Amino acid sequence: MSFDQKFTDQEFKVVGSRPPRPDGVDKVTGRARYGADASAPGQLVGRILRSPHAHAVIRKIDTSKAEKLKGVKAVLTSKDLPDLTNGNRGNFDILENCMARDRALYDGHAVAAVAAVDEVTARKALKLIKVDYKILPHVTDVDKAMADDAPIVQPHIAQNNKPSNIANISEFGHGDIEAGFAQADVIVEKSYKTEQTHQGYIEPHACLASVGPDGQGELWVTTQGHFTFRTVCATLLGMDIAKLKVTSSEIGGGFGGKTHVWMEPVALALSRKANRPVKLVMNRDEVFKASGPTCSTSIDVKIGATKDGTVTAASATLRYQDGPFPGPWGMLGAMTSWACYDIANVKSVAYDVLVNRPKVAAYRAPSAPMAAFAVESTMDMVAAEIAMDPVDFRIKNAASEGSKASYGPTYGPIGIGPTLEAVKKHPHMRARLGKNQGRGMACGFWFNFGGQTCVDLNIGVDGTVNLIVGTVDVGGARASMSLIAAEELGIPYDRIKCNIGDTASLGHNDTTEGSRGTFSSGMATIYAARDAIEVMKQRAAKAWEIDIADVEWRDGAAHAVGVAHSNLAPLSLQEIAAKSPTTGGPIAGHNESVADGAGVSFASHICDVEVDPETGATKVLRYTVVQDAGKAIHPDYVEGQFQGGAAQGIGWALNEEYVYGEDGRLKNPSFLDYRIPVCSDLPFIDTEILEIPNPNHPYGIRGVGETSIVPPLAAIGNAVSNAAGVRLNHVPMSPPRILKAIKEQAQG
Amino acid sequence: MLTVSLTGSLRDAANGCESVQIDAQTIRELLRKLVERYPRLQSHLDEGIAVSVNGEIYRDNRDLSFPDGAEVFLLPRIQGG
Repeated sequence: MSFDQKFTDQEFKVVGSRPPRPDGVDKVTGRARYGADASAPGQLVGRILRSPHAHAVIRKIDTSKAEKLKGVKAVLTSKDLPDLTNGNRGNFDILENCMARDRALYDGHAVAAVAAVDEVTARKALKLIKVDYKILPHVTDVDKAMADDAPIVQPHIAQNNKPSNIANISEFGHGDIEAGFAQADVIVEKSYKTEQTHQGYIEPHACLASVGPDGQGELWVTTQGHFTFRTVCATLLGMDIAKLKVTSSEIGGGFGGKTHVWMEPVALALSRKANRPVKLVMNRDEVFKASGPTCSTSIDVKIGATKDGTVTAASATLRYQDGPFPGPWGMLGAMTSWACYDIANVKSVAYDVLVNRPKVAAYRAPSAPMAAFAVESTMDMVAAEIAMDPVDFRIKNAASEGSKASYGPTYGPIGIGPTLEAVKKHPHMRARLGKNQGRGMACGFWFNFGGQTCVDLNIGVDGTVNLIVGTVDVGGARASMSLIAAEELGIPYDRIKCNIGDTASLGHNDTTEGSRGTFSSGMATIYAARDAIEVMKQRAAKAWEIDIADVEWRDGAAHAVGVAHSNLAPLSLQEIAAKSPTTGGPIAGHNESVADGAGVSFASHICDVEVDPETGATKVLRYTVVQDAGKAIHPDYVEGQFQGGAAQGIGWALNEEYVYGEDGRLKNPSFLDYRIPVCSDLPFIDTEILEIPNPNHPYGIRGVGETSIVPPLAAIGNAVSNAAGVRLNHVPMSPPRILKAIKEQAQG
Repeated sequence: MLTVSLTGSLRDAANGCESVQIDAQTIRELLRKLVERYPRLQSHLDEGIAVSVNGEIYRDNRDLSFPDGAEVFLLPRIQGG
């Protein structure tokens, strides 16, 4: 059955309200079950032995003593994980990251694993495994990794037939860049660095794996995409996809870091070898060292503009470190870097560079915040050069419908202009600043996407509704899906129960990433509800013995239309459901689809800070997020996404940083030394939702989850630079870096 | 006849062509004919690509029919967080 996907500008009855989230009580009472909360009879404890070296050949692994230890049920090395990837390099990279093969590629790389009857025995067994390493030269800095004499991380990667750490070069843009700069009255060039950060989710990676000798398996796991995990794990282990059932637990944060498989194939392989369930939970040290942080970067930006504020040309060279495996991260930086602006001559060149650090993973609008930091900082510098208000400068150059995006296509209706206009009018921009205080603002862009989605909607005989979606609820999706189902069916919100289905219960759903959850599952929920309404109209027509064409659905009931049927009282959903056993059986709706047309997203942020010139410490005084969200289904959770992205951006901008020693080892793998912001570090983060409907969604929904982390580095950078009186170009802008910049400025 | 613009590493796989002319009615037909002409694009298709049609990005929908005069870009597949 097909439905009109276009936004119809309808009035909503429950969509847009703010009811309590259905999973809220479980979460605040501790009843919610996260990754580490599952147990199974006879379960073993899994532990992983990790390389202490940044780069080393693994000459030999002796597991004999560990295997003989009483209570050890399985010991695993890469020999137990044969290459079944059939030449697929991407899958092989995942396999190699799960368990090192001939070389350890970073500090924390898994080299062996055990399953034992308890934690103490498992730890003892790890100590009994002897690994003979030959230490190799390493490189952890992105610029050093590009040097001709840098240690090579992956010998199969080459540029111009010569081994290289440059995995990919991506170029985007249009126009004549040199001619554009020749037209400029002012040209500003600046180089920037951003350090590696972790998503900082509170819940560590955790799973319970069980594989029997019959080849059937189950995996309970904290993940953003249990269907994708099933496909990857089954592929790496040579299992039938249908015989591996994956259930997503409640998730204590993911932000992109739980879109990737890290240790789950190891847990499944241990279980298969031991023929017992295996529970594997990372500690915080392992999360930092061996899951996927975002890239560190090195970026050069050049902008030329005329005195009237028209940007005539802009270019960026972006170097992103990917860890030891190639990723799309530099490419995404290049694509997003100039996306907010309509520039006639624009160019971005990105390098994806391999280093001896953990495999990089997505982090909420991956790669865009670093590019935005460099671009938006330089935009402020150009505005200052031509003595133009930075908001007006951005408004003058903002992309709009019909603009050619720097990454290629021509934009349809977009929201960057409205967010900037809203910033210009916002009271925050008129608030007075005190001594050592500064204000900054910045813009950000993210693509958003939809993808494969499958939803079931089952109506019980009491008229309550069981809605089963396959996108993991990372930020209030069950509340939003329930609102959408209630809106379509015309029944109260609290009569909907939304569940996240396991992989045996639904068709494939893409991972909850790319801000797609509410967009795609929302669309599928609408169509599944409309599918069920058609069934209920048939049942009503049957009961009334009239043609279904004479039945319409409104306000939660079937109505017979036409003068001939004016004596027929409406049949409510509850009444139709009660009679369903004798009118044709269960009533259900279903939809599977590829939800495209997610629509791009823009945000503009304002930030006030105070910098202590004696200590270099920065306090964020006030923060405002303005973002185009399309229709806000549950505004609380839209605002929560805005605030969450800003909070993470504040931590990234001011404090968070992976610190590597000369030995290539991570020096701060704990929340004590890697400092994420806590409540006392943050101001109340004000939000303004702009509801510019997405014409490609029946409710006008856009993705909202990622764009909010794009502007903060730059907005804070501009604010700190204004407060300190010196341009900051290295993130995090920690006290030592700010003091150094102030000192260098004073010394001229 | 459709004009398809190529970006990023996809351009390299198409012998450096910025744009190509292809007679195709749907995304599926377009991708098939592109690979016939530029076999090195196959590995990019295997890894995943996206097609922008009049500014909207399609990752998985291969059945979309191109509107008359459509602006079409072949883009690398986008990952999110």
